[in-house]
Amino acid sequence: MNEGELMPDTSTMIRDTAKKLLDEKKVNLIIGFEKGTLPLRSTPCFIRSSEEAEKLIWNASCENNLARYLRKRQEKIGIVAKGCDVRSIVGLIKERQLAREQVFIIGIPCNGMIDRKKIDAKLDGREILEAEERDETLILKGHNFTETINKEEFLHNSCQTCKYRNPVIYDVLIGDKVAENEGIDEYEEVRQFEAQSADERWQSFTDEVSKCIRCYACRNACPLCCCQECFVDNSQPQWIGKTTNLSDTLIFHIVRALHTAGRCVDCGACDRACPMGVDIRKLTKKIQMDIKQLFHYEAGISVDDVPPLATFNPDDPQEFIK
Amino acid sequence: MGYNQMQELEKKVDEWEPKIIAFLCNWCSYAGADLAGVSRLQYPPNTRVIRVPCSGRINPLFILRCLQHGADGVLVSGCHPGDCHYMSGNYVARRKFAILNNLLEYLGIEKGRVHFAWVSAAEGGRFAELIKEVTEEVRALGPAKRLVKSE
Repeated sequence: MNEGELMPDTSTMIRDTAKKLLDEKKVNLIIGFEKGTLPLRSTPCFIRSSEEAEKLIWNASCENNLARYLRKRQEKIGIVAKGCDVRSIVGLIKERQLAREQVFIIGIPCNGMIDRKKIDAKLDGREILEAEERDETLILKGHNFTETINKEEFLHNSCQTCKYRNPVIYDVLIGDKVAENEGIDEYEEVRQFEAQSADERWQSFTDEVSKCIRCYACRNACPLCCCQECFVDNSQPQWIGKTTNLSDTLIFHIVRALHTAGRCVDCGACDRACPMGVDIRKLTKKIQMDIKQLFHYEAGISVDDVPPLATFNPDDPQEFIK
Repeated sequence: MGYNQMQELEKKVDEWEPKIIAFLCNWCSYAGADLAGVSRLQYPPNTRVIRVPCSGRINPLFILRCLQHGADGVLVSGCHPGDCHYMSGNYVARRKFAILNNLLEYLGIEKGRVHFAWVSAAEGGRFAELIKEVTEEVRALGPAKRLVKSE
């Protein structure tokens, strides 16, 4: 087993599917993952010929949400998509950013992606030079050390609470469906945060946001951020200041989160893209919870339902209105 | 005017008064405010009214910007459910406000900074009462500190 080619079965099946699709001219482009330059890194790649398709891989570090690359393309695209990617694709189709016919979904049941930050914390500064992936474990090798870790414990937070590991729609499914996370309270973090006093919540929110450098990586990584002009780039009117002034940054995060209401599928792309470690999901997860409780809606499940903020029910809750 | 009187007046000027921005929909709440005025009903002078075509016109950024730039409180008021001039503007707005209201509270913005209400064109008395209520709530909270932009 070569490093980077950690789950040969799935990788081979993806390659074969990609080659077939390209050879039969069913698609002009395949978006998938190739081996990254560092261990435990896979990087998105764009494949246009069946020879190139050899590069395609699948492992537990294929964390990027590839739905991000689908918009504004003319050609027919085949996309290697795990549970959250597919939910994002559903969102794009629903919002008319993408036609269902334009995309061929190579669905992959996903066991969660590993969080390198968590592994780095565990290794305490020791560098990984080689990683080998087994079914449930990961063998990390470096100078004078070999560690075997349990993958489950080092998944991204969004993967740990994920309830849709299997693609909700697909044209072809690679491998067998995996067991869904049952009995997990996905909103536990939100509830813990809510349990604090208002002052504590404000303090921890401002502490979190004061790390932000306004690089907009969270926005750029989000598969659903697709406004023609983002409110932070607008100069007429200039909604908020462009510096890292705390007040402006707070408002940026509040409004960014609001814009995901009823659309965010909690793929965690924003969280992973953040170079400063801002806990962005704390906001989006709360909105997701409210959308579910108030309007009984979950994003990215069906192409046919109406987004919750584009519709209403005369009996919607309104206790907060005088 | 005696020196003491002058001093007292100056002290009064220095006393903090809440500044509240009220977004009123053109068809109901604004007319309700008008009715309160025409009926000569007394209510605190702390609100500054901004007329909007519909409560559905309200962008959460309007509210956040108010709090950022010196408002101590914000009131958004539209037509009662079922009465919207545009049929469903206030229904759609209501969902948006529910999410915004919950999120602000979740993040620790004091309850009572941002208010939502339905006031019809016939409810002049209710409008005056509402302004009293909102003003008192904001006064009790004191000047806005969170979200305020310091240059």
